[in-house]
Parts: sequence; C-alpha cells; structure tokens
Amino acid sequence: MTPRKTLTGWGGTAPTAADVVRPGDADGVAAALARRDPRGVVVRGLGRSYGDAAQNAGGTVLDLTGLRRVLAVDVERATVTAEAGVSLDHLMRTLLPLGLFVPVTPGTRQVTVGGAIAADVHGKDHHVRGSFSRHVAGMDLMLADGSVRHLTPDGSPDLFWATVGGMGLTGVILRAQLRMLPVQTSSVVVDTERVPDLDAVMDRMTTDDERYTYSVAWVDCLARGGALGRSVLTRGWPARLDQLPPGARGRALAFAPRRAPTVPVTSPVPLVNRSAVRVLNEAWYRRAPRERRRDVQGIAEFFHPLDVVESWPRVYGPRGFVQYQLVVPFSAPDAVRRCLQTLHRHDVVVSLAVLKRFGPGTPAPLSFPAPGWTLALDLPVVPDLAGVLDRLDALVLDAGGRVYLAKDARFPASDLHRMYPDIDRWRQVRRSVDPDGVLSSDLSRRLGL
Amino acid sequence: MMDAVGTPQSVLVLGGTSDIGLAVARRLVARRPARLVLAARPSPRRDAAVASLSAAGHEVTAVDFDAEDLPGHPGAVDAAFAGGDVDVAVVAFGVLGDQERAWRDHATAVHLMQVNTTAAVSVGVLLASRMAAQGHGTVIALSSVAGERPRRSNFVYGASKAGMDAFYTGLREAVRADGVRVVVVRPGFVTSAMTQGLARVPLSTDPDTVAEHVVRGLALRRETVWTPPALRWVMSALRHLPGPVFRRLPI
Repeated sequence: MTPRKTLTGWGGTAPTAADVVRPGDADGVAAALARRDPRGVVVRGLGRSYGDAAQNAGGTVLDLTGLRRVLAVDVERATVTAEAGVSLDHLMRTLLPLGLFVPVTPGTRQVTVGGAIAADVHGKDHHVRGSFSRHVAGMDLMLADGSVRHLTPDGSPDLFWATVGGMGLTGVILRAQLRMLPVQTSSVVVDTERVPDLDAVMDRMTTDDERYTYSVAWVDCLARGGALGRSVLTRGWPARLDQLPPGARGRALAFAPRRAPTVPVTSPVPLVNRSAVRVLNEAWYRRAPRERRRDVQGIAEFFHPLDVVESWPRVYGPRGFVQYQLVVPFSAPDAVRRCLQTLHRHDVVVSLAVLKRFGPGTPAPLSFPAPGWTLALDLPVVPDLAGVLDRLDALVLDAGGRVYLAKDARFPASDLHRMYPDIDRWRQVRRSVDPDGVLSSDLSRRLGL
Repeated sequence: MMDAVGTPQSVLVLGGTSDIGLAVARRLVARRPARLVLAARPSPRRDAAVASLSAAGHEVTAVDFDAEDLPGHPGAVDAAFAGGDVDVAVVAFGVLGDQERAWRDHATAVHLMQVNTTAAVSVGVLLASRMAAQGHGTVIALSSVAGERPRRSNFVYGASKAGMDAFYTGLREAVRADGVRVVVVRPGFVTSAMTQGLARVPLSTDPDTVAEHVVRGLALRRETVWTPPALRWVMSALRHLPGPVFRRLPI
C-alpha cells in the first residue's frame, strides 16, 4: 500500500489526492511506471510550482527527491552531472566552494534540477544567459515504457526540447549534465535605485540592462496614478575577488545560508490583505536607497528572497494565492501598464510584483520565456479574482504574449494554442514517446495537454 | 479539474431540473464552456434545461435519474460519470409537499423522508466513492435552515433535511483525505418551483442569489454556506432560544 496524500502546488490552491511513491533510484522509477496506474503518473520535486503541475488526482505522484546524488563534477570544464532530485540549494552548497555557480537560479534555491528543466526556469540573468535549459548539455529521460534515452540538444532535438518546459509529461528526467558558471566569489555586486513610476523603470531597464548580468524590478502594485508602477530596481554582476573588501577575500567562496525559520501552521484566515500589503510596500519602497552603487551582497540575499522564511504561503490561509506571470513582446510595453490598471480598477490586492526583461527564448514549444517584458504577480485568492485574471489573459493575448505554465492554476484550455502556437508539435512528440498518456497531471488534464 | 479560483470544468446536477441546482450550475460555468450532466426524470423541463445550457455553449448530456428509485441510483451515477471526471456534483433534489399532511399521513411522511434523506444519502455514498477514486471533486449538498431547529410549521421537511445535513457534514471529514470537498448549503426560504404559493418570510431569497453565495463560498473554500449569510447568526440565535419563546415566534 502506498500512502495517499493530498497535494497542492506552492500557491496552496486546488488540493487533490494521489498515491505518493518515493523511489531511490532509476529502478524504483521504472517500477512505479510499471504499475500502470490507470490515472497515470507525474513527477514531483520540491513542490515549488505554484499551480497544479506536480499533482495527479487519483493517480500516482513520483516524489523524485530521493534521487539526490551529485554524480560527477569537472571543475576544469565547469560541468556537473546530477540526479534529477538534487536541489539547486544542494548544488550551490556543494559547488560554490569549488568556484562553480548554477548558471540560472530562480527566486528560490529549493527547486530540483529535474523541475528546473521541466519548467525551463529563468532568473534575473535571462536577458544575458537565457533560461535553465540553455545550460543543459544532456539528460537521461526515462520514457513511460521504462526505457531510458540520453538526450542532447543536437542529437535528439525534438525530444530534448519537448522535455524542456514539458512539465514532466514526456518522461521522467533521471539525471542531467549542466554547464556551471565559474565564479571567483559567492557574492554579487549590486546597484540599487528607486524609480518613481512605470515609464521610468521601463526606460531605465531598456537603456542599460545590457550592462548588467542580473536585473529585476520590484513593483509597488498598490501605488496609483502618477506613482503607478513605482519600483525598486536592483541590478548587478557576479563579484570579482578584487571587489570584495580585503577582509572578506579569504572566504570569498563561502556559502552556508542558515536554515530559514518556518511559518509553523496554515493561518486559519488570510493574513495578506490590502492594509498589510500597503504597509509592507510602503516600507519596502522607503527602505530602499534612492540610489546605491556597487554594494556587495551574498548570493542568498540577492537571489533568493523567497527562501528567507520557509512555508511562507501559509500566511495566505487555506484559500492560498495564485501567481500570474505574463510576458509580452517589447513592442507592446503598454500591456504591462494596462494589466496594472486593470488590477487597480478591480481593487485586486497584489502582494508581490516583479518586472524584468527577457532575452531570446529557446526552441522548446512549451518554454515560457520569450523576448519582452515579464511581470509576475502574487495574488491572494478572493471571489472576484477569476474574472479579473480572465481580463489579464485577454490583454496578454492581444499583445501577443503568454502566461507561464509552471505557475498557472486557472488558464482556460481553449486559448492555450494562441499562447503556445507550437503546442501541436509538442503533442506529437509526446504522443510518440507516451502513446497511452501514462504521464499525466492535474495540469495536463485541466489544460487538455 | 477544478481550478485555483473555484471554476470547474464539469458539473453534475442530481435533480437536474431543480431551480437552485440549475442556478448553481449556470453560475459555476458562467465564465467558461464546460461539460454538464443533468440527472433527472425525463420531462419537458429537463429538455428545456438541456437546450438552454447547450445554447450557452456548454456540452450538456441528460441522464435518467429518479430520486425515488433507490435501486436505480448506482446505474444513474455510473452513467453520470461515463463522460469522465465530475469536478462538482450538486445534490439538488428534494420535495416539500403539504407539511400538515406530512405529519398526519403515513405515505406522505415516508415519501418525504425517502426523497430528501434516504435518496440524498444514497447518492452521497455513490458520489463519495466515485470522487475518492478520482482523487478530487466537490459535492455541493443543498440542505436547509429548516434542519437547524425544527419549527411547528415544517418539521417533517426539517427532519428530512437535518438527516441529510448531518450525513454530508460527516461525509466531508470521511473523504477529506481523498481530495474530495463537501460543501453543505443552508438556504433560508427560497422562492422557487418548490415553494410556489407559500407566503414569503423575512430573509427569503431566490435561486440566483443562492447560486451566487455558493460560488463565492467555493472560491473562499467555505465548507458550509448560509444563504443569505445573515442566517448563520439568526439561526444560531434561534437555536438557543428557550422553547416557550421560540414557540411564540411568528415564523
């Protein structure tokens, strides 16, 4: 008997129950696939997808965090081979002391290598380095029938790119070879500035983002009128050794962030409301320096604001929250403004919003990043949220943009092909390796993937 | 699948011609085309409901279901799930009848309890097992404030609703670990086909308003929905009134 558990994504919405199996190796994965659960199998890592990508109602969920060995490290060539369940946190703790940094890190270190590929995650350096998959030299994928294929971007482009951003629906990633980023320190040199409104922040980013390796703007979504889109812009580079204060150079590559305090229980009522967010936003904006140059910060401090407190979604209460991330082409910057205005008009509380510029995308049909402005919004669930998000969808579609499947929890299936025009090509590849649809998830059922 | 903001992709209405049941279904799928199953006895009313929901862009099927035919329930529920997962099932059938006759006439009393209680429990058991197997789903059970504290004027109806209310309230805990939600809805007086000809009382409401409160409750992950919401506090007060006082109230 495998234990049945109710699971949700990071947003805490739409719980469903599944048999959770935690294999320790590839044989265990094969055995779980061989059970031929009529409601299918999907892989789950650390559960940081906001929506329903890593749950499978009534079926089997493969918890892959048991596949957690770092198999090979080549410091000279800056490559590492890791099992799919290895977290980026583990990679950083293990490899930063050797001068190797993960090439792309999202706002949390608590994601697995497999999940990072399946969602094709991005970070603050997308405009320079692209998404995670750009740094994957190859991977081993176990197909629904238990056979294993070694995939490389050149040797097997169709299946490789269908797996990238494929939300775990082409097979089970067992291990991957990653090209790491050689660094001299575990610090970042940061320029911070307050920017008074949306036009100004877009202008700043367009003008000189290219100078920076990392760039992101935190947007105060409750500021209205002339202050609409006021932001704190933080941008930086990996710190060179000579940029550290002399006293810190002896432990330039140290990386041992403390374990974060946990929100102990789910709050019975949502603690995130308009007044709380207003106070926090005001404080955050005012706390930020008007302008500060060449500040040296640690990697955790700069990249992983979401890891400061563990299980923080619990403050949203049992209703949870939705994260909505959109990207619109550079030719349609006005769509970003109109999205913010729509949220204002409907009095939607936005607890967190970040703006960033994406660089070129990948050939992957379901990969999210594409050149343009990307806005990510955390939205506590309230009764009228559904209708407001439908309006945002319309704005994004009109602008030729798309939303991020790894965060989606409510997009209508009928419009998916307009956002991901190559989806039929992806479906074809998926059918060729999993004709019976063994790999399935709540997301795939909901969106008819 | 039900999405993060409480919008289902498939809805089953048991008692598919019930005013409240249809109003809830309509509102649940108002934003997006969905698959609907109306389980009811064949009738022009059912045909009309199928036609109007189809015209609204939904994929609608009708399943023959008679609440009084208990042995027929398993087959009807199987047929209702034949098209795939059911995200939301609304248990909407019920009868009111002549309440004075209901406590004097044996056949009337038994019939009322059979439909409102026994049949509701019967489909509840079937829905629970189906939804537990799919690992998700929401049962919306239409109860009534009449079950909260029996009144002289409608206590047989109240007894029948109290029975189904207790069953679904308990079922909620039994199936929680299987990813299934049970929402018990307690409307006050609702103007509908069932209450035609009866005098309206304070805090009475209509099927659309009930539907609005139910859909709102789903988004907020409520497990008990009072409609109108003020009834929660009114009934809570009424429950604790001493009998001699309660008896004299004009309700």
